[in-house]
Amino acid sequence: MPPLPGPDTEPVIRLRGVEHRFAGGITALAGLDLDVRPGEWLSLLGPSGCGKSTALRLIAGLASPTAGSVERRLPGTHGRGDIGFVFQEPTLMPWATVEGNVALPLQLLGTPRAEIRARAGELIERVGLTGFERARPRELSGGMKMRVSIARALAAAPRLLLLDEPFAALDEITRTRLNDDLLALWQAQGFTVVFVTHSVWESVYLSTRIAILSGRPGRVVGEVMVDAPASRGADFRESAACLHTCREVSGKLAEAMR
Amino acid sequence: MSPPRRWPSGLAALLPPLAVLVLFLAAWEGLVRWRQIPEYLLPGPLRIAAALIESWPALYPSLLFTLAVTGEALLAAVVLGGGLAVVLAQSRWIERSVFPLAVVLQVTPVVAIAPLLLIWIRDVRLALIVCAGIVAFFPMVANTTLGLNSADHHLLDLMRLYGASRWQVFRWVRLPAALPYFLGGLRISGGLALIGAVVAELVAGSGGTASGLAWRILEAGYNLEIPRMFAALTLLSAAGVLLWAALSGLSWLLLHRWHESAVRREG
Repeated sequence: MPPLPGPDTEPVIRLRGVEHRFAGGITALAGLDLDVRPGEWLSLLGPSGCGKSTALRLIAGLASPTAGSVERRLPGTHGRGDIGFVFQEPTLMPWATVEGNVALPLQLLGTPRAEIRARAGELIERVGLTGFERARPRELSGGMKMRVSIARALAAAPRLLLLDEPFAALDEITRTRLNDDLLALWQAQGFTVVFVTHSVWESVYLSTRIAILSGRPGRVVGEVMVDAPASRGADFRESAACLHTCREVSGKLAEAMR
Repeated sequence: MSPPRRWPSGLAALLPPLAVLVLFLAAWEGLVRWRQIPEYLLPGPLRIAAALIESWPALYPSLLFTLAVTGEALLAAVVLGGGLAVVLAQSRWIERSVFPLAVVLQVTPVVAIAPLLLIWIRDVRLALIVCAGIVAFFPMVANTTLGLNSADHHLLDLMRLYGASRWQVFRWVRLPAALPYFLGGLRISGGLALIGAVVAELVAGSGGTASGLAWRILEAGYNLEIPRMFAALTLLSAAGVLLWAALSGLSWLLLHRWHESAVRREG
Protein backbone atom coordinates (compact mmCIF):
# COMPACT_ATOMS: atom_id res chain seq x y z
CA MET A 1 0.00 0.00 0.00
CA PRO A 2 1.30 3.47 -0.81
CA PRO A 3 2.17 5.60 2.21
CA LEU A 4 -0.75 7.62 3.47
CA PRO A 5 -0.61 11.12 2.04
CA GLY A 6 -0.48 13.82 4.64
CA PRO A 7 -2.84 16.78 4.64
CA ASP A 8 -0.06 18.95 3.22
CA THR A 9 0.44 16.87 0.06
CA GLU A 10 -0.38 18.72 -3.15
CA PRO A 11 -3.86 17.50 -4.15
CA VAL A 12 -4.58 16.02 -7.57
CA ILE A 13 -8.12 17.38 -7.47
CA ARG A 14 -9.15 20.55 -5.74
CA LEU A 15 -12.81 21.61 -5.48
CA ARG A 16 -13.47 25.05 -4.03
CA GLY A 17 -16.89 26.51 -3.29
CA VAL A 18 -18.47 24.25 -5.85
CA GLU A 19 -22.15 24.66 -6.56
CA HIS A 20 -24.11 22.60 -9.05
CA ARG A 21 -27.63 23.42 -10.00
CA PHE A 22 -29.57 21.30 -12.48
CA ALA A 23 -31.58 22.84 -15.28
CA GLY A 24 -34.74 21.87 -13.38
CA GLY A 25 -33.73 24.19 -10.53
CA ILE A 26 -32.61 21.57 -8.02
CA THR A 27 -29.31 22.45 -6.33
CA ALA A 28 -27.32 19.26 -5.88
CA LEU A 29 -24.19 20.76 -4.35
CA ALA A 30 -23.48 24.07 -2.63
CA GLY A 31 -20.25 25.28 -1.09
CA LEU A 32 -18.42 22.01 -1.62
CA ASP A 33 -14.72 22.11 -0.75
CA LEU A 34 -12.81 18.92 -1.35
CA ASP A 35 -9.21 17.90 -1.94
CA VAL A 36 -8.18 14.56 -3.38
CA ARG A 37 -4.60 13.67 -2.46
CA PRO A 38 -2.41 11.46 -4.59
CA GLY A 39 -2.48 7.76 -3.77
CA GLU A 40 -5.32 7.92 -1.27
CA TRP A 41 -8.63 6.05 -1.32
CA LEU A 42 -11.17 8.71 -0.57
CA SER A 43 -14.78 7.74 0.02
CA LEU A 44 -17.64 10.16 -0.39
CA LEU A 45 -20.29 9.05 2.04
CA GLY A 46 -23.71 10.58 2.36
CA PRO A 47 -27.44 10.02 2.19
CA SER A 48 -28.87 9.25 -1.24
CA GLY A 49 -29.65 12.33 -3.28
CA CYS A 50 -26.90 14.38 -1.62
CA GLY A 51 -25.03 14.97 -4.86
CA LYS A 52 -22.24 12.42 -4.41
CA SER A 53 -22.56 11.21 -7.98
CA THR A 54 -22.71 14.80 -9.22
CA ALA A 55 -19.47 15.56 -7.38
CA LEU A 56 -17.88 12.59 -9.13
CA ARG A 57 -19.07 13.80 -12.53
CA LEU A 58 -17.62 17.24 -11.80
CA ILE A 59 -14.29 15.68 -10.88
CA ALA A 60 -14.34 13.69 -14.11
CA GLY A 61 -15.14 16.79 -16.14
CA LEU A 62 -18.42 15.28 -17.36
CA ALA A 63 -20.28 18.24 -15.87
CA SER A 64 -19.31 21.81 -15.02
CA PRO A 65 -20.07 23.55 -11.74
CA THR A 66 -22.53 26.45 -11.85
CA ALA A 67 -20.23 28.21 -9.36
CA GLY A 68 -16.83 27.60 -7.82
CA SER A 69 -13.83 25.88 -9.32
CA VAL A 70 -12.68 22.37 -10.13
CA GLU A 71 -8.92 22.00 -10.59
CA ARG A 72 -7.35 18.86 -11.94
CA ARG A 73 -3.64 18.40 -11.38
CA LEU A 74 -2.88 14.93 -12.51
CA PRO A 75 0.85 14.31 -12.80
CA GLY A 76 2.02 13.50 -16.31
CA THR A 77 -1.26 14.72 -17.72
CA HIS A 78 -1.84 13.87 -21.35
CA GLY A 79 -5.43 14.97 -21.21
CA ARG A 80 -7.10 11.74 -22.15
CA GLY A 81 -7.10 8.51 -20.21
CA ASP A 82 -5.92 9.99 -16.90
CA ILE A 83 -9.24 9.28 -15.30
CA GLY A 84 -11.02 5.92 -15.16
CA PHE A 85 -14.73 5.81 -14.31
CA VAL A 86 -16.85 2.90 -13.11
CA PHE A 87 -20.55 3.67 -13.20
CA GLN A 88 -23.31 2.18 -11.05
CA GLU A 89 -24.27 -0.02 -13.97
CA PRO A 90 -21.64 -2.02 -15.86
CA THR A 91 -22.38 0.15 -18.96
CA LEU A 92 -20.83 -2.30 -21.41
CA MET A 93 -21.29 -2.35 -25.17
CA PRO A 94 -23.65 -5.34 -25.58
CA TRP A 95 -22.47 -5.93 -29.15
CA ALA A 96 -18.81 -6.23 -28.23
CA THR A 97 -16.96 -9.13 -26.61
CA VAL A 98 -15.37 -8.88 -23.18
CA GLU A 99 -12.07 -8.20 -24.91
CA GLY A 100 -13.60 -5.53 -27.14
CA ASN A 101 -15.15 -3.78 -24.15
CA VAL A 102 -11.94 -3.78 -22.15
CA ALA A 103 -9.99 -2.55 -25.17
CA LEU A 104 -12.32 0.40 -25.89
CA PRO A 105 -10.30 3.11 -24.09
CA LEU A 106 -7.12 1.94 -25.82
CA GLN A 107 -8.86 1.97 -29.21
CA LEU A 108 -9.98 5.54 -28.56
CA LEU A 109 -6.49 6.61 -27.54
CA GLY A 110 -5.04 5.15 -30.72
CA THR A 111 -2.89 2.47 -29.09
CA PRO A 112 -1.23 0.10 -31.61
CA ARG A 113 -3.24 -3.04 -32.28
CA ALA A 114 -0.69 -5.54 -30.97
CA GLU A 115 -0.33 -3.61 -27.74
CA ILE A 116 -4.11 -3.44 -27.31
CA ARG A 117 -4.40 -7.24 -27.49
CA ALA A 118 -1.63 -7.82 -25.00
CA ARG A 119 -2.89 -5.19 -22.58
CA ALA A 120 -6.53 -6.34 -22.80
CA GLY A 121 -5.49 -9.93 -22.12
CA GLU A 122 -3.46 -8.82 -19.12
CA LEU A 123 -6.37 -6.78 -17.69
CA ILE A 124 -8.85 -9.59 -18.22
CA GLU A 125 -6.53 -11.90 -16.34
CA ARG A 126 -6.14 -9.39 -13.53
CA VAL A 127 -9.90 -9.21 -12.94
CA GLY A 128 -10.15 -13.00 -13.11
CA LEU A 129 -12.03 -13.38 -16.41
CA THR A 130 -9.49 -15.40 -18.41
CA GLY A 131 -11.37 -17.74 -20.73
CA PHE A 132 -14.23 -15.29 -21.22
CA GLU A 133 -12.47 -13.04 -23.75
CA ARG A 134 -14.91 -13.91 -26.55
CA ALA A 135 -18.08 -13.84 -24.41
CA ARG A 136 -20.69 -11.12 -24.82
CA PRO A 137 -21.93 -9.16 -21.79
CA ARG A 138 -25.33 -10.87 -21.83
CA GLU A 139 -23.63 -14.20 -21.23
CA LEU A 140 -22.05 -12.93 -18.00
CA SER A 141 -23.36 -12.62 -14.44
CA GLY A 142 -23.77 -9.21 -12.80
CA GLY A 143 -20.50 -9.55 -10.91
CA MET A 144 -18.60 -10.59 -14.02
CA LYS A 145 -19.98 -7.62 -15.96
CA MET A 146 -18.77 -5.33 -13.19
CA ARG A 147 -15.32 -6.94 -13.45
CA VAL A 148 -15.27 -6.13 -17.15
CA SER A 149 -16.23 -2.57 -16.31
CA ILE A 150 -13.35 -2.33 -13.80
CA ALA A 151 -10.88 -3.80 -16.29
CA ARG A 152 -12.03 -1.24 -18.86
CA ALA A 153 -11.61 1.63 -16.37
CA LEU A 154 -8.04 0.47 -15.71
CA ALA A 155 -7.19 -0.09 -19.39
CA ALA A 156 -5.59 3.29 -20.01
CA ALA A 157 -3.60 3.09 -16.73
CA PRO A 158 -5.44 6.02 -15.13
CA ARG A 159 -3.96 8.10 -12.31
CA LEU A 160 -7.38 8.58 -10.82
CA LEU A 161 -10.13 5.98 -10.60
CA LEU A 162 -13.67 7.22 -9.92
CA LEU A 163 -16.15 4.66 -8.63
CA ASP A 164 -19.83 5.56 -8.42
CA GLU A 165 -21.42 2.98 -6.08
CA PRO A 166 -20.14 0.33 -8.43
CA PHE A 167 -21.42 -2.71 -6.56
CA ALA A 168 -24.72 -1.38 -5.23
CA ALA A 169 -26.73 -3.77 -7.38
CA LEU A 170 -24.76 -6.89 -6.47
CA ASP A 171 -25.30 -9.48 -3.77
CA GLU A 172 -23.17 -9.22 -0.65
CA ILE A 173 -20.88 -12.17 -1.36
CA THR A 174 -19.98 -10.88 -4.83
CA ARG A 175 -19.69 -7.38 -3.47
CA THR A 176 -17.21 -8.34 -0.74
CA ARG A 177 -15.07 -10.25 -3.19
CA LEU A 178 -15.02 -7.41 -5.71
CA ASN A 179 -14.16 -4.94 -2.95
CA ASP A 180 -11.20 -7.11 -1.92
CA ASP A 181 -10.04 -7.44 -5.52
CA LEU A 182 -10.30 -3.72 -6.08
CA LEU A 183 -8.36 -3.09 -2.89
CA ALA A 184 -5.60 -5.43 -4.09
CA LEU A 185 -5.45 -3.63 -7.45
CA TRP A 186 -5.21 -0.27 -5.72
CA GLN A 187 -2.42 -1.50 -3.46
CA ALA A 188 -0.49 -2.97 -6.37
CA GLN A 189 -0.83 -0.04 -8.76
CA GLY A 190 -0.86 3.04 -6.59
CA PHE A 191 -3.55 5.01 -8.40
CA THR A 192 -5.84 7.39 -6.54
CA VAL A 193 -9.43 6.40 -5.85
CA VAL A 194 -12.56 8.43 -5.22
CA PHE A 195 -15.32 6.07 -4.17
CA VAL A 196 -18.97 7.05 -3.81
CA THR A 197 -20.99 4.91 -1.43
CA HIS A 198 -23.78 5.06 1.09
CA SER A 199 -22.52 2.12 3.08
CA VAL A 200 -20.67 3.15 6.26
CA TRP A 201 -19.05 -0.23 6.64
CA GLU A 202 -17.84 -0.34 3.05
CA SER A 203 -16.31 3.11 3.32
CA VAL A 204 -14.41 2.22 6.48
CA TYR A 205 -13.23 -1.10 5.14
CA LEU A 206 -11.89 0.34 1.90
CA SER A 207 -10.77 3.92 2.39
CA THR A 208 -7.88 5.79 3.86
CA ARG A 209 -10.10 8.85 4.27
CA ILE A 210 -13.84 9.39 4.36
CA ALA A 211 -15.56 12.66 3.52
CA ILE A 212 -19.09 12.87 4.87
CA LEU A 213 -21.59 14.86 2.85
CA SER A 214 -24.72 16.54 4.13
CA GLY A 215 -28.14 16.05 2.61
CA ARG A 216 -29.07 18.13 -0.45
CA PRO A 217 -27.54 20.51 -1.29
CA GLY A 218 -24.43 18.48 -0.50
CA ARG A 219 -21.23 19.78 1.05
CA VAL A 220 -18.52 18.16 3.17
CA VAL A 221 -19.52 18.29 6.83
CA GLY A 222 -17.07 15.86 8.35
CA GLU A 223 -13.93 13.91 7.69
CA VAL A 224 -12.56 10.71 9.15
CA MET A 225 -9.10 9.27 8.59
CA VAL A 226 -9.06 5.50 8.63
CA ASP A 227 -6.12 3.95 10.41
CA ALA A 228 -5.86 0.52 8.94
CA PRO A 229 -3.05 -2.02 8.59
CA ALA A 230 -1.22 -2.24 5.28
CA SER A 231 -3.06 -5.38 4.27
CA ARG A 232 -6.72 -5.11 5.01
CA GLY A 233 -8.41 -8.44 5.31
CA ALA A 234 -10.63 -10.49 7.55
CA ASP A 235 -8.51 -9.37 10.55
CA PHE A 236 -9.22 -5.72 9.96
CA ARG A 237 -12.81 -6.35 9.00
CA GLU A 238 -13.52 -7.85 12.42
CA SER A 239 -11.13 -5.73 14.47
CA ALA A 240 -12.10 -3.36 17.25
CA ALA A 241 -10.45 -0.50 15.34
CA CYS A 242 -12.71 -1.07 12.36
CA LEU A 243 -15.78 -1.23 14.54
CA HIS A 244 -14.71 1.89 16.38
CA THR A 245 -14.24 3.82 13.13
CA CYS A 246 -17.60 2.60 11.84
CA ARG A 247 -19.22 3.98 14.97
CA GLU A 248 -17.45 7.31 14.57
CA VAL A 249 -18.48 7.58 10.91
CA SER A 250 -22.08 6.59 11.66
CA GLY A 251 -22.23 9.26 14.34
CA LYS A 252 -21.03 11.95 11.95
CA LEU A 253 -23.36 10.76 9.23
CA ALA A 254 -26.33 10.92 11.60
CA GLU A 255 -25.29 14.47 12.48
CA ALA A 256 -24.99 15.37 8.80
CA MET A 257 -28.50 14.17 8.08
CA ARG A 258 -30.04 16.07 10.94
CA MET B 1 -20.96 -19.85 -21.21
CA SER B 2 -24.15 -20.84 -22.93
CA PRO B 3 -24.34 -22.92 -26.10
CA PRO B 4 -24.60 -21.16 -29.46
CA ARG B 5 -28.12 -20.17 -30.40
CA ARG B 6 -29.73 -21.21 -33.64
CA TRP B 7 -32.34 -19.75 -35.88
CA PRO B 8 -35.44 -21.71 -34.87
CA SER B 9 -35.23 -24.02 -37.83
CA GLY B 10 -36.23 -27.53 -38.80
CA LEU B 11 -39.52 -29.23 -39.36
CA ALA B 12 -40.73 -28.67 -35.81
CA ALA B 13 -40.89 -24.91 -36.28
CA LEU B 14 -42.33 -25.06 -39.80
CA LEU B 15 -44.98 -27.68 -39.14
CA PRO B 16 -47.72 -25.64 -37.40
CA PRO B 17 -47.91 -22.80 -39.94
CA LEU B 18 -47.67 -25.32 -42.79
CA ALA B 19 -50.52 -27.37 -41.34
CA VAL B 20 -52.70 -24.27 -41.05
CA LEU B 21 -51.92 -23.30 -44.64
CA VAL B 22 -52.81 -26.77 -45.98
CA LEU B 23 -56.04 -26.83 -43.97
CA PHE B 24 -56.99 -23.40 -45.25
CA LEU B 25 -56.35 -24.39 -48.89
CA ALA B 26 -58.27 -27.66 -48.46
CA ALA B 27 -61.27 -25.81 -47.01
CA TRP B 28 -61.13 -23.32 -49.89
CA GLU B 29 -61.00 -26.06 -52.53
CA GLY B 30 -63.81 -27.93 -50.75
CA LEU B 31 -66.02 -24.86 -50.57
CA VAL B 32 -65.51 -24.01 -54.25
CA ARG B 33 -66.39 -27.56 -55.33
CA TRP B 34 -69.29 -28.03 -52.94
CA ARG B 35 -71.00 -24.72 -53.76
CA GLN B 36 -69.93 -25.00 -57.42
CA ILE B 37 -68.66 -21.45 -57.41
CA PRO B 38 -67.86 -20.40 -60.99
CA GLU B 39 -64.16 -19.92 -61.71
CA TYR B 40 -64.65 -16.29 -62.83
CA LEU B 41 -65.80 -15.49 -59.27
CA LEU B 42 -63.51 -17.61 -57.12
CA PRO B 43 -61.24 -20.29 -58.54
CA GLY B 44 -60.03 -23.08 -56.26
CA PRO B 45 -56.37 -23.42 -55.27
CA LEU B 46 -55.83 -26.31 -57.74
CA ARG B 47 -57.17 -24.25 -60.65
CA ILE B 48 -54.92 -21.34 -59.57
CA ALA B 49 -51.91 -23.67 -59.45
CA ALA B 50 -52.73 -24.84 -62.96
CA ALA B 51 -53.03 -21.23 -64.13
CA LEU B 52 -49.71 -20.43 -62.50
CA ILE B 53 -47.94 -23.21 -64.41
CA GLU B 54 -49.77 -22.33 -67.62
CA SER B 55 -48.87 -18.63 -67.58
CA TRP B 56 -45.44 -19.02 -66.00
CA PRO B 57 -43.64 -17.85 -69.18
CA ALA B 58 -45.49 -14.52 -68.95
CA LEU B 59 -45.56 -14.21 -65.15
CA TYR B 60 -41.93 -15.04 -64.43
CA PRO B 61 -40.40 -12.01 -66.24
CA SER B 62 -43.05 -9.84 -64.57
CA LEU B 63 -42.07 -11.20 -61.16
CA LEU B 64 -38.43 -10.38 -61.87
CA PHE B 65 -39.39 -6.89 -63.00
CA THR B 66 -41.41 -6.13 -59.88
CA LEU B 67 -38.74 -7.60 -57.63
CA ALA B 68 -36.07 -5.49 -59.35
CA VAL B 69 -38.11 -2.32 -58.87
CA THR B 70 -38.71 -3.26 -55.22
CA GLY B 71 -35.06 -4.03 -54.60
CA GLU B 72 -33.80 -0.83 -56.18
CA ALA B 73 -36.38 1.24 -54.29
CA LEU B 74 -35.41 -0.45 -51.03
CA LEU B 75 -31.73 0.15 -51.69
CA ALA B 76 -32.40 3.82 -52.40
CA ALA B 77 -34.50 4.11 -49.23
CA VAL B 78 -31.77 2.48 -47.15
CA VAL B 79 -29.00 4.69 -48.51
CA LEU B 80 -30.95 7.97 -48.51
CA GLY B 81 -33.01 7.21 -45.37
CA GLY B 82 -30.01 5.97 -43.42
CA GLY B 83 -27.98 8.92 -44.63
CA LEU B 84 -30.65 11.41 -43.62
CA ALA B 85 -30.92 9.73 -40.20
CA VAL B 86 -27.19 10.25 -39.67
CA VAL B 87 -27.62 13.93 -40.51
CA LEU B 88 -30.69 14.25 -38.24
CA ALA B 89 -28.85 12.59 -35.36
CA GLN B 90 -26.16 15.28 -35.42
CA SER B 91 -28.34 17.76 -33.61
CA ARG B 92 -31.83 18.06 -32.17
CA TRP B 93 -32.12 21.35 -33.99
CA ILE B 94 -31.66 19.77 -37.42
CA GLU B 95 -33.96 16.92 -36.46
CA ARG B 96 -36.72 19.26 -35.40
CA SER B 97 -36.51 21.27 -38.63
CA VAL B 98 -36.28 18.44 -41.14
CA PHE B 99 -38.25 15.61 -39.57
CA PRO B 100 -41.72 17.15 -40.17
CA LEU B 101 -41.01 17.17 -43.91
CA ALA B 102 -40.31 13.45 -43.77
CA VAL B 103 -43.60 12.99 -41.92
CA VAL B 104 -45.48 14.89 -44.64
CA LEU B 105 -43.90 12.61 -47.22
CA GLN B 106 -44.97 9.62 -45.15
CA VAL B 107 -48.62 10.55 -44.55
CA THR B 108 -49.34 11.57 -48.16
CA PRO B 109 -50.70 8.42 -49.82
CA VAL B 110 -48.42 7.23 -52.59
CA VAL B 111 -51.44 6.56 -54.84
CA ALA B 112 -52.02 10.29 -54.78
CA ILE B 113 -48.45 11.21 -55.69
CA ALA B 114 -47.92 8.49 -58.27
CA PRO B 115 -49.80 10.22 -61.15
CA LEU B 116 -47.70 13.36 -60.64
CA LEU B 117 -44.47 11.42 -60.56
CA LEU B 118 -45.45 9.57 -63.72
CA ILE B 119 -45.91 12.90 -65.43
CA TRP B 120 -42.67 14.39 -64.13
CA ILE B 121 -40.44 11.42 -64.69
CA ARG B 122 -40.28 10.35 -68.31
CA ASP B 123 -38.66 7.00 -67.60
CA VAL B 124 -41.59 4.93 -66.23
CA ARG B 125 -39.37 2.37 -64.54
CA LEU B 126 -37.58 5.16 -62.68
CA ALA B 127 -40.93 6.68 -61.70
CA LEU B 128 -41.98 3.33 -60.23
CA ILE B 129 -38.75 3.13 -58.23
CA VAL B 130 -39.27 6.66 -56.92
CA CYS B 131 -42.84 5.84 -55.84
CA ALA B 132 -41.82 2.67 -54.07
CA GLY B 133 -38.79 4.41 -52.58
CA ILE B 134 -40.93 7.18 -51.09
CA VAL B 135 -43.05 4.61 -49.25
CA ALA B 136 -40.02 2.71 -47.99
CA PHE B 137 -38.09 5.84 -47.04
CA PHE B 138 -39.82 6.90 -43.84
CA PRO B 139 -39.39 3.77 -41.68
CA MET B 140 -35.68 3.86 -42.50
CA VAL B 141 -35.33 7.49 -41.42
CA ALA B 142 -37.53 7.21 -38.33
CA ASN B 143 -36.08 3.94 -37.03
CA THR B 144 -32.44 4.74 -37.71
CA THR B 145 -32.75 8.20 -36.14
CA LEU B 146 -34.34 6.66 -33.05
CA GLY B 147 -31.57 4.07 -32.91
CA LEU B 148 -28.76 6.61 -33.27
CA ASN B 149 -30.27 8.67 -30.46
CA SER B 150 -30.85 5.74 -28.12
CA ALA B 151 -27.23 4.99 -27.30
CA ASP B 152 -26.55 4.38 -23.60
CA HIS B 153 -25.88 7.78 -21.99
CA HIS B 154 -23.24 6.39 -19.70
CA LEU B 155 -21.41 4.97 -22.70
CA LEU B 156 -21.54 8.43 -24.27
CA ASP B 157 -20.12 9.84 -21.01
CA LEU B 158 -17.34 7.32 -21.23
CA MET B 159 -16.55 8.45 -24.76
CA ARG B 160 -16.33 12.04 -23.51
CA LEU B 161 -14.05 10.98 -20.68
CA TYR B 162 -11.59 9.61 -23.20
CA GLY B 163 -11.94 12.66 -25.43
CA ALA B 164 -13.40 10.64 -28.31
CA SER B 165 -13.99 12.48 -31.57
CA ARG B 166 -17.45 12.80 -33.12
CA TRP B 167 -16.49 10.08 -35.59
CA GLN B 168 -15.26 7.76 -32.84
CA VAL B 169 -18.50 8.18 -30.89
CA PHE B 170 -20.42 7.39 -34.06
CA ARG B 171 -18.30 4.41 -35.01
CA TRP B 172 -18.01 2.79 -31.55
CA VAL B 173 -21.31 3.60 -29.86
CA ARG B 174 -24.05 5.23 -31.95
CA LEU B 175 -23.82 3.07 -35.04
CA PRO B 176 -23.87 -0.32 -33.28
CA ALA B 177 -26.62 0.90 -30.93
CA ALA B 178 -28.69 1.88 -33.98
CA LEU B 179 -28.28 -1.45 -35.77
CA PRO B 180 -31.29 -3.28 -34.22
CA TYR B 181 -33.54 -0.29 -34.96
CA PHE B 182 -32.17 0.00 -38.48
CA LEU B 183 -32.86 -3.67 -39.15
CA GLY B 184 -36.37 -3.35 -37.73
CA GLY B 185 -36.96 -0.47 -40.14
CA LEU B 186 -35.51 -2.50 -42.98
CA ARG B 187 -38.08 -5.29 -42.49
CA ILE B 188 -40.93 -2.78 -42.55
CA SER B 189 -39.48 -0.95 -45.55
CA GLY B 190 -39.00 -4.19 -47.49
CA GLY B 191 -42.71 -4.92 -47.38
CA LEU B 192 -43.63 -1.32 -48.05
CA ALA B 193 -41.32 -1.10 -51.08
CA LEU B 194 -43.14 -4.05 -52.65
CA ILE B 195 -46.52 -2.46 -51.93
CA GLY B 196 -45.28 0.85 -53.30
CA ALA B 197 -44.03 -0.78 -56.49
CA VAL B 198 -47.38 -2.51 -57.05
CA VAL B 199 -49.42 0.59 -56.33
CA ALA B 200 -47.32 2.69 -58.70
CA GLU B 201 -47.65 0.05 -61.39
CA LEU B 202 -51.42 -0.04 -60.97
CA VAL B 203 -51.55 3.73 -61.36
CA ALA B 204 -49.27 3.61 -64.39
CA GLY B 205 -51.54 0.92 -65.87
CA SER B 206 -51.13 0.19 -69.55
CA GLY B 207 -49.31 3.49 -69.91
CA GLY B 208 -46.46 1.92 -68.04
CA THR B 209 -43.93 -0.55 -69.23
CA ALA B 210 -46.70 -3.16 -69.01
CA SER B 211 -44.37 -5.73 -67.59
CA GLY B 212 -44.74 -5.94 -63.81
CA LEU B 213 -46.90 -8.31 -61.79
CA ALA B 214 -49.43 -5.59 -61.02
CA TRP B 215 -49.96 -5.09 -64.72
CA ARG B 216 -50.49 -8.84 -65.13
CA ILE B 217 -53.21 -8.63 -62.50
CA LEU B 218 -54.89 -5.71 -64.29
CA GLU B 219 -54.56 -7.43 -67.65
CA ALA B 220 -56.03 -10.69 -66.37
CA GLY B 221 -58.86 -8.69 -64.82
CA TYR B 222 -59.69 -6.97 -68.13
CA ASN B 223 -59.80 -10.37 -69.83
CA LEU B 224 -61.79 -11.94 -66.97
CA GLU B 225 -59.04 -14.54 -66.56
CA ILE B 226 -59.63 -14.74 -62.82
CA PRO B 227 -57.47 -17.84 -62.16
CA ARG B 228 -54.57 -16.08 -63.83
CA MET B 229 -55.25 -13.01 -61.73
CA PHE B 230 -55.03 -15.17 -58.62
CA ALA B 231 -51.85 -16.78 -59.93
CA ALA B 232 -50.17 -13.36 -60.22
CA LEU B 233 -51.51 -12.45 -56.78
CA THR B 234 -50.02 -15.65 -55.34
CA LEU B 235 -46.65 -14.80 -56.82
CA LEU B 236 -46.86 -11.35 -55.31
CA SER B 237 -47.60 -12.75 -51.84
CA ALA B 238 -44.82 -15.29 -52.20
CA ALA B 239 -42.41 -12.52 -53.18
CA GLY B 240 -43.45 -10.52 -50.11
CA VAL B 241 -42.99 -13.47 -47.79
CA LEU B 242 -39.59 -14.31 -49.26
CA LEU B 243 -38.46 -10.71 -48.95
CA TRP B 244 -39.54 -10.62 -45.33
CA ALA B 245 -37.82 -13.93 -44.61
CA ALA B 246 -34.60 -12.75 -46.25
CA LEU B 247 -34.55 -9.51 -44.25
CA SER B 248 -35.38 -11.37 -41.03
CA GLY B 249 -32.53 -13.75 -41.75
CA LEU B 250 -30.17 -10.83 -42.29
CA SER B 251 -31.33 -9.29 -39.03
CA TRP B 252 -30.74 -12.56 -37.19
CA LEU B 253 -27.27 -12.92 -38.69
CA LEU B 254 -26.23 -9.50 -37.47
CA LEU B 255 -27.89 -9.55 -34.05
CA HIS B 256 -28.01 -13.10 -32.74
CA ARG B 257 -24.77 -12.81 -30.81
CA TRP B 258 -25.88 -9.94 -28.62
CA HIS B 259 -29.33 -8.45 -29.05
CA GLU B 260 -32.18 -9.60 -26.81
CA SER B 261 -34.63 -9.63 -29.72
CA ALA B 262 -32.71 -12.41 -31.49
CA VAL B 263 -31.77 -14.50 -28.49
CA ARG B 264 -33.78 -17.53 -27.52
CA ARG B 265 -34.67 -17.58 -23.84
CA GLU B 266 -33.51 -20.55 -21.88
CA GLY B 267 -34.86 -22.27 -18.84
